[in-house]
Amino acid sequence: MKSALYRQSARRRGLALAALLALAALPPLLQALGQDFYVSVAARILIFALAATSLNFIVGFGGLVAFGHAAFFGAGAYAVAILAERGVTAAVVAWPAAAALAGVLALLIGAISLRTRGVYFIMITLAFAQMIYYLFISLKAWGGDDGLPLPARSTFGPLDLKDDAVFYWVALACLAAALFVLDRIAHARFGRVLQGIRENESRMAALGYPVAAYQLACFVIGGTLAGLAGALIANHSLLASPNLLHWTQSGTLLVMVIVGGVGTLYGGFAGALTLLLLEELLTGVTVHWHAALGLLLLVVVFRAPRGVAAWLHGLFARGAAK
Amino acid sequence: MRLTALAASLLLATSAHVAHAADKVKVGFLSTLSGPGAGLGVDIRDGFNLAVKQLNGKLGNLPAEVLIADDQQKPDVAKAEAEKFLKKEKVDFMTGIVFSNLMLAVGPQVFDSKTFFISANAGPSQLAGEQCSPYFFNVAWQNDNLHEAMGKHVQDKGFRNVVIVTPNYPGGKDAVTGFKRYYQGKAEEIYTKLGQLDYAAELAQIRALKPDALFFFLPGGMGINFVKQFVGAGLSKDIQLFAPGFSADEDVIKAVGAPMLGMFNSSHWAHDFDNAENKRFVAAFEKEYGRLPSLYASQGYDAALLIDAAVRDVKGKLDDKAALQKALEAKRFKSVRGDFRFNSNHYPVQNYVLRVIGKDAQGRVTNKTMGTIFANHADAYVSQCKMK
Amino acid sequence: MTQLILEQALNGLQFGLMLFLLAAGLTLVFGIMDMINLAHGSLYMVGAYLAAAAAAASGSFVVGVLAAVAGTAAVGALLEVTVLRRLYARDHLAQVLATFALILIANEAVRWVWGDQPVLLNAPEALAGPVEVAGFSYPAYRLLIIAVGVAVALLLYVVVAKTRVGMWVRAGASNREMTEALGVNVRRLFTLVFAAGAGLCALAGALLGPLLAVQVGMGESILILAFVVIVIGGIGSIRGALVGSLLVGVVDTLGRALLPWLLRGFLPAETASTLGPALAAILIYLLMAAILFWKPAGLFPARG
Repeated sequence: MKSALYRQSARRRGLALAALLALAALPPLLQALGQDFYVSVAARILIFALAATSLNFIVGFGGLVAFGHAAFFGAGAYAVAILAERGVTAAVVAWPAAAALAGVLALLIGAISLRTRGVYFIMITLAFAQMIYYLFISLKAWGGDDGLPLPARSTFGPLDLKDDAVFYWVALACLAAALFVLDRIAHARFGRVLQGIRENESRMAALGYPVAAYQLACFVIGGTLAGLAGALIANHSLLASPNLLHWTQSGTLLVMVIVGGVGTLYGGFAGALTLLLLEELLTGVTVHWHAALGLLLLVVVFRAPRGVAAWLHGLFARGAAK
Repeated sequence: MRLTALAASLLLATSAHVAHAADKVKVGFLSTLSGPGAGLGVDIRDGFNLAVKQLNGKLGNLPAEVLIADDQQKPDVAKAEAEKFLKKEKVDFMTGIVFSNLMLAVGPQVFDSKTFFISANAGPSQLAGEQCSPYFFNVAWQNDNLHEAMGKHVQDKGFRNVVIVTPNYPGGKDAVTGFKRYYQGKAEEIYTKLGQLDYAAELAQIRALKPDALFFFLPGGMGINFVKQFVGAGLSKDIQLFAPGFSADEDVIKAVGAPMLGMFNSSHWAHDFDNAENKRFVAAFEKEYGRLPSLYASQGYDAALLIDAAVRDVKGKLDDKAALQKALEAKRFKSVRGDFRFNSNHYPVQNYVLRVIGKDAQGRVTNKTMGTIFANHADAYVSQCKMK
Repeated sequence: MTQLILEQALNGLQFGLMLFLLAAGLTLVFGIMDMINLAHGSLYMVGAYLAAAAAAASGSFVVGVLAAVAGTAAVGALLEVTVLRRLYARDHLAQVLATFALILIANEAVRWVWGDQPVLLNAPEALAGPVEVAGFSYPAYRLLIIAVGVAVALLLYVVVAKTRVGMWVRAGASNREMTEALGVNVRRLFTLVFAAGAGLCALAGALLGPLLAVQVGMGESILILAFVVIVIGGIGSIRGALVGSLLVGVVDTLGRALLPWLLRGFLPAETASTLGPALAAILIYLLMAAILFWKPAGLFPARG
């Protein structure tokens, strides 16, 4: 049962808290080692972790293989950049607005796309994402091919987001909050019904559940969180790039989810961490690092088919059983 | 490795007369090295490396470390790689960017960190005017310049019905602005996607518009495809082709060949320029890489020479930014293009010439210099620049 | 104006037929094996590179094209036997990940052999110029592509519709278990179909090489269009792939030329020419979304 990792337990909650504290201690540690640059790299990993987690909720928990997640990720980024251009730089306004925009977009796209199933669903979500991609690159007001730069990071009360460490902590807080909320949703009645739909759609429909409405709600929750991740990534690189909307971005997020573990709470995080760390390590070793990454992904497909998170979980469980 | 470097710098620090001088010069070379625009970045890199090699691996008498990164012609990749150069590698100079849109994306973070960017190509109007920076030097040209020269020539030759084809990005906009600054006749503008390779739709439009001349600015692989398809569509019979030197240099000629014969273009440099530095450069480049250098290569070469002269001027004291800026402005080296000087906005004031593609003595298809279009020409934005 | 439309229609036909070469293999693999193969575009790239290498070595464009088709079909068969075969039983997500990995590996392999910069593949000298068609000149090479595309489409139709192998393929696409039960060696059929699909990819790559650029990553952008085509047409249907290809080709090309023209009537030139191509690009996806909205399984669903 894939959702086993969603099971709550006091021990797991303790572990999560310990992991959170360890992650929070990372920036001062890196700074002490004179590796300030990697604080920014770590923040980027957390943001992609959030984006991948949001997609994992749709794919793994809702059972909907969507190939257009970049639309929501990118829309969030552009929303922040456009608002900043108009003088709205407060994070408390701009970030929720970015998430809300992505959510509305997900509602529209989801409502139409959910008429189709399987491969056709994959392709229609891709089609909508590509439409949004071309829309953004065509409009000069939104930067066109060059993307829309942010003059500076958002303002956040007394916090100075220009400081990489502070920005890292804010990203970490967003990720932790998202994981907490998704965990709650998974264990609420809504989550149980969704799981039932994933396992057997027609039975749940026969039981009188409005299947499509549940799936749409799941799609919108994922899209909204992706919008928040987009707001963060635009702040991180000070640029809303059309690359964020491109289909290869959807592909990368999907690969992160599969590598990390489809349908596991920490799958998105594990996948983003694995992929981006590998990228960071391999680029230093060889210019042909893409080939090495490809070979490693093949190993994942054939040796760790449930993803890195599940594989680690398995190792851990075996260790605990001894 | 890092430990030995540290030990070496400690040793150097103890000897008095080099107390504040750096022990090496670190250059972050960020350019487009893959995809359709790769030919340009590769030529700049090869020109730059050739100069460093001729200087025995040194810049301004200090050992040079040239770090190379590929921006893939994507703004976000360029920003991330620049971040790495600035924050992790802490480079002393950056150079290499080909495309103006990437330069504009990367500029703010480079200038904020007080690192000098020596542009060996990209010369966007923004950085020549309102957004000019003491940390930005362009050793090539302002984007408009070559187009201005072509516009002047097309105007002087009496063409009055022209179609302009450029990609839809800042460099393309600058091209149209530059061309139309000196050309007064009718001009129909067609914008393509940056990186577009199939021009069937645009060529059909051109055929329908029936112009008597066509001016196109499509850098790298885009220009190669455009010229091939233009000739393939049979349009070259009735329409005279004009282009800035970027779209008519060795990289394009090598790929297209004979169909380009007779095409006019503008440049600030040509491989047949008759001066000692240029002859030495062209011969060395051909020997090293087995091909004729393009104008991009000449710009990369000049960028390295500029850094070399400035570092020597400040005696290796790279931390003294004000002195380094003065040294760069003074431009104490002989350029392969002959003489030029920096304007107050750090863009060159120089000559622009007309070239035509023909066959040289050995029967190779290549550029030949015809005459000067502009002498000591400055860009149109310098008055908007208030250098701090 | 009519001449412009006519010329663009020919351009659209040319583009559509090339898409069909890509989509034909993809739709069969997808239909029969229920397998998402993102690496299909990589075979297109490999084909173009092989064509460039063989053409440069032999001095003949035709030799280049033939060598590319044969070589890529062999690569395709090898790929099927070593990696893809193990993925048929897996879910779509595993297929996406594995074939995504193959894209990365293929791109790097090509970069390793041929370098970062695009390689040259020129059309034969005799076809470099224009010919007169119905009162205007049209590039001879594009006409050749149209001719080859039509011939291959006809050939495919005959093979799939009239021959025994074709019958197996059609049967496999609509019901795999039943076909196996009837004693068809489905394993070997899969390898064969895959190799044929790879060969068609290579043909498209080799023919488009002189018009576009032979470069790393060339497969990815066209792959998405091929997917759009087969989804519009209905997965597993050759007829659907043909109709889908022509629809996409014509809509894209006509849109690209005529939209700026139309928009220029009431918008500033710059806005019109930026908005035009983008709208034309969106047009394809709009078409696809609309078709899926009304026919959620494409125009010609192969499965009952």
